[in-house]
Amino acid sequence: MSSERLTDTLDSREVPEDVKGLSQSALVRKRFFGHTGAIVSLIVLAFVITLAISSVGVGFHGWWKYDWKGVTPLLNGGHPTLKLFPPSLGDHPFGQDAIGRDYFAMTMRGAQISLMVTVMVGLISGLVGVIVGSLSGFFRGWVESVLMRFTDVVIIIPILLLGAVVAFNSTANVFVLGGLLGLTAWTGMARLVRGDFLTLREREFVDAARLAGASNRRIIFKHILPNAIGVITVNTTLLMSSAILLETALSYLGMGVRPPDTSLGRLISENQAAFQTRPWLFWWPGLFIVIICLCINFIGDGLRDAFDPRQKKLVLKRVKEPDFDPLLEATQASALPGLPLSEIVAAPAAAGGQTTTIEFDEGGR
Amino acid sequence: MASYLLRRLGVSLLILLGASFLVYMLVSVSGDPLAEYRTSNKPNKEQLMAARIALLHLNVPAPARYFVWLSGAVKCVVPGKCDLGKTISGQPVTAALGSAIPSTLQLVTAAILLAIVIGVAIGIVTALRQYSGFDYTVTFFTFLFFSLPSFWVAVLLKEFGAIKFNDFLGDPKVSTTAILVIALLSGIVWALIIGGTWRRRGLTFVIAAAAAAAVVVYLEASKWFQYPGLGAPLVIVFGVAIAVGVTVLLAGLQHRKALYSSLITVALGVVAMYALRPVLDHASFWLLVLLGLAAVAAGLLVGWLMGGYDRSQSMKAAALTSFLVAGLVLLDRFMKSWPQYVSVANGRPIGTIGASIPNLDGDFWITGLDKFSHLVLPTTALLLISLASYTRYSRASMLEVMGQDYVRTARAKGLSERVVVTRHAFRNALIPLATVVAFDIGQLLGGAVITENVFSIKGMGQLFIQGLQRQDPNPVMGTFIVVAISAVVFNLIADLAYSALDPRVRVTA
Repeated sequence: MSSERLTDTLDSREVPEDVKGLSQSALVRKRFFGHTGAIVSLIVLAFVITLAISSVGVGFHGWWKYDWKGVTPLLNGGHPTLKLFPPSLGDHPFGQDAIGRDYFAMTMRGAQISLMVTVMVGLISGLVGVIVGSLSGFFRGWVESVLMRFTDVVIIIPILLLGAVVAFNSTANVFVLGGLLGLTAWTGMARLVRGDFLTLREREFVDAARLAGASNRRIIFKHILPNAIGVITVNTTLLMSSAILLETALSYLGMGVRPPDTSLGRLISENQAAFQTRPWLFWWPGLFIVIICLCINFIGDGLRDAFDPRQKKLVLKRVKEPDFDPLLEATQASALPGLPLSEIVAAPAAAGGQTTTIEFDEGGR
Repeated sequence: MASYLLRRLGVSLLILLGASFLVYMLVSVSGDPLAEYRTSNKPNKEQLMAARIALLHLNVPAPARYFVWLSGAVKCVVPGKCDLGKTISGQPVTAALGSAIPSTLQLVTAAILLAIVIGVAIGIVTALRQYSGFDYTVTFFTFLFFSLPSFWVAVLLKEFGAIKFNDFLGDPKVSTTAILVIALLSGIVWALIIGGTWRRRGLTFVIAAAAAAAVVVYLEASKWFQYPGLGAPLVIVFGVAIAVGVTVLLAGLQHRKALYSSLITVALGVVAMYALRPVLDHASFWLLVLLGLAAVAAGLLVGWLMGGYDRSQSMKAAALTSFLVAGLVLLDRFMKSWPQYVSVANGRPIGTIGASIPNLDGDFWITGLDKFSHLVLPTTALLLISLASYTRYSRASMLEVMGQDYVRTARAKGLSERVVVTRHAFRNALIPLATVVAFDIGQLLGGAVITENVFSIKGMGQLFIQGLQRQDPNPVMGTFIVVAISAVVFNLIADLAYSALDPRVRVTA
């Protein structure tokens, strides 16, 4: 008795309620919305983004009374006034820094900048990675050699150095920083997309499309790219979560966002010496970094589960239903002593798309 | 194979040349080595500037200057002739690298070894208990560790692991709240790990919480925090636990000869603990290596003497037990020197700056403790962050292997679950990990820029970042080239290792 048989039987039982008549995107959406962690993270992230943008505003004045630059007289030594019981914000919910600036406004401004860099890195490096990866995976030959050697060169360029370049040339602002980081962070994406294209281009449907007279452009955009969308989406979210850590680390070393502007990493860097006297200056920005990054990671995990059809978490519950097929129980008892069925069935769910692909220099020729 | 290697090396060389040129250009626009003189109003300003221009060849335009640098760097193929330029203070970069590389290795090696061992262990256990409470908890924490900014962790560790902990050691009193919290945490963790029915979970929780509280209270009452030590009773308890654990993993408990030979080595270890006392007082590093080897040899001998069916399993189990018990004895001896070290360190044993107390005068045990107490926090910071990826990776790998046909075959032919997991699944799950580990080791030399920065350890990362901050191009290039070469070499090793471990993957030239 094979575990495939087990899952096959279960699958056919699932069909009427679960899978029937849904398009691929609807399926993915359904699975994604069934992932509690991802949905909670999505809501929290949306809340943080809305809070960061609306409170201090971007180009307009937000609903929060203070500005992130304005100095106000220190109240109560700048202690945070946020209270949970009874819930009240007070005058300075996150406290004030040493010279009396409102720390809530500063944290929100920092979150804005960090989020913006994150999104920029995600978009730019996602785009570059997909272009480089798909071109080299689809056309192979000298295009692949040149592009992949170029990728190898970019991989070993230290990102800190780029940060230093931005920091030294004072004309550079946060957009240049985001752009530069985006232009170096795409290498992993390019390799993954190339790997996907290498396998997809050998599949029958691509041959069929070519026989039907489809152009290269049509094959790439209509046939291969939609099949690689899972890898691309998941990897973009992971890129974004590492981008926010990268930006904060650079700012912490004094090489990212420059004053007068601020970011979450900068806030921590500026205030770490004051940990003994004003610990809240250290906690709040760190907390926001962790929340944002954790949310993005969980969303990425949810997307991975949604795009990977091998994930079958629900099987576990169905197996325990009373009208369970006695044949299956008998085989389980005889063939696999001492092993709960859930483990056998859950095992093929396996790596969740993390299968290792080993890449050799010459593209596995 | 040879032609594949040659081609790979040739391509790598070209990549190194291209990347180093690009990096040189970037370094030249990332700072101005003359900046400090331009704004100064020293009388000999012109002279100083001229000296620095001559030192760094600043009169040559950057693209040409790269070739000046390269002509020096190429000489590194011949030992002793290496010339990677000089820092702005006139020190040769090779000398700076020579002192930075060992301290980086010291910091990062322990962290990566521990991360691999602990990460793989947790990953395997979560894979075997997929979708259990333990699995979900570990998954959450790995994501949390993924999301922690390294400098934040490092600063927090410095605050709570060093400053607060040193305060605590100065006057070790555990408050009732702290005891309650520890008991609660221990209860929750054990209940999650052991799992099972709610009744069993509740029981585990109560027992674990009570045990943790009792241990803490006992430690405080017996002044253990001031005068730590294991003593013979604890060595025996831990030793027996190790012996049983090792036997379960390597041979299975029904293999009585393996169990007995492991237990005998524990007894031998306790005897050696007393017999070797005078020798250990004058210990040196090499003596300890020798004793470690002797412990392994003794284990092998005991296993061999026990004889019987499948002798090699007894030998393996006894040797590993013996080695681990030797580690316990060593730990006990280090703990004995702790009060002395605390007084040497002026009552603040956990260090936060540098890799040792400067001008420390003490025997092997004191300097060893000094090293440990300075490296424990940066190592923890690095460990927490790299642990997450190893856990995820080994979990995924193990899950995939457990679904393979040959695992089912192994079960079908009646092998015990232990043999299926340790022999058939675990070994194959490690293959993809070999690649990851090789990649990571390639990155090791880059150091941990931020951790080194927070804890002021003078390693490669520090050299790199200080070069950038002082606008000093040559150390930046020096560290870059070392890291790039090691990354390229270990990438090659990763590919070769994979094809060696997994015959399905062929290296094709």
